[in-house]
Amino acid sequence: MEISLAAEKIAHIGSFPITNSMLLSWVASIFLIFVSMLATNKISIIPNKIQNFFETIIEFLFDTANSVLENEEITKKYFPLIATLFIFILTNNWLGLLPGVGTIGLNEINKSGHEVFVPILRAGTADLNMTLALAIVTMTAVQVFGVAAIGTFKYAKKFFNFSNPINAFVGLLELMGEFARIVSFSFRLFGNVFAGEVLLMVIAFLIPYLVPLPFFFLELFVGLIQALVFTMLALVFIKGAIQEAH
Amino acid sequence: MLEGGSIDAVKAIAAAATIAIGAIAPAIAIGLIGSKGVEAIGRNPESAGKVQSSMILAIAFAEAIAIYALVIALIVKFV
Repeated sequence: MEISLAAEKIAHIGSFPITNSMLLSWVASIFLIFVSMLATNKISIIPNKIQNFFETIIEFLFDTANSVLENEEITKKYFPLIATLFIFILTNNWLGLLPGVGTIGLNEINKSGHEVFVPILRAGTADLNMTLALAIVTMTAVQVFGVAAIGTFKYAKKFFNFSNPINAFVGLLELMGEFARIVSFSFRLFGNVFAGEVLLMVIAFLIPYLVPLPFFFLELFVGLIQALVFTMLALVFIKGAIQEAH
Repeated sequence: MLEGGSIDAVKAIAAAATIAIGAIAPAIAIGLIGSKGVEAIGRNPESAGKVQSSMILAIAFAEAIAIYALVIALIVKFV
């Protein structure tokens, strides 16, 4: 039973490698685009089933964002990023639980001459590159929102405050904290999804019948909670960034 | 000094120790957060929604530390 921390490359476009988790994240993107086109095809006041389903999701997300940001105008401004993060991460997490992901693949000879099994599909968020990209996008967006909301000088004064030594030190810590948040965002999501995959693989390896079922429920729950946590943390950081320094 | 066989043994022990020790503090932290959260809801049932969302957020932060330890253990064992 082989476990690969890094996502395995399955193809190349020119010299650009394509990994199996990249493939599944493309599938997730195409699926989301297709479903949202279906849902917004004929928007009517009395919604049909797909539109109703999506309205429920959007309403839930809007209420969550509103409860943190406490101001409808501001929520409307930052809602697209928040909702996209949640729906994209949730879809990627849950698509990794489908049968066939991680099990359908090819036996290849890798560099050191051993024959390893390379699955064709792997959960999109089980690749550190993907979660790192999401984390960088989120933290960059937080900085941009902060600068756009209160202006460059006031925003820079939060980090570079030279009124007294203590404030200067605290400002420096806050600056380092911003970078630490990128690391913590990416590792939290990657660790949860990848550890879940490894857990399911080990349990299925030991007892394939009936026992993996509660673990699949656990992974469904964890996928939802991690998407929610990523979104809420992004909301909390946005709220902190757009507030004036006290 | 360490040939192929015994470096595998050291790696296995290191990986196991990393996750075993690294999960102690997050487990205690999550227990404390949960207990304080439930106590707050008990004192003031109306604030259940707000307390619950803050509690889940704090629990996710604490669990992230355990996940860092797990990732290091996996790196040590498999890379």
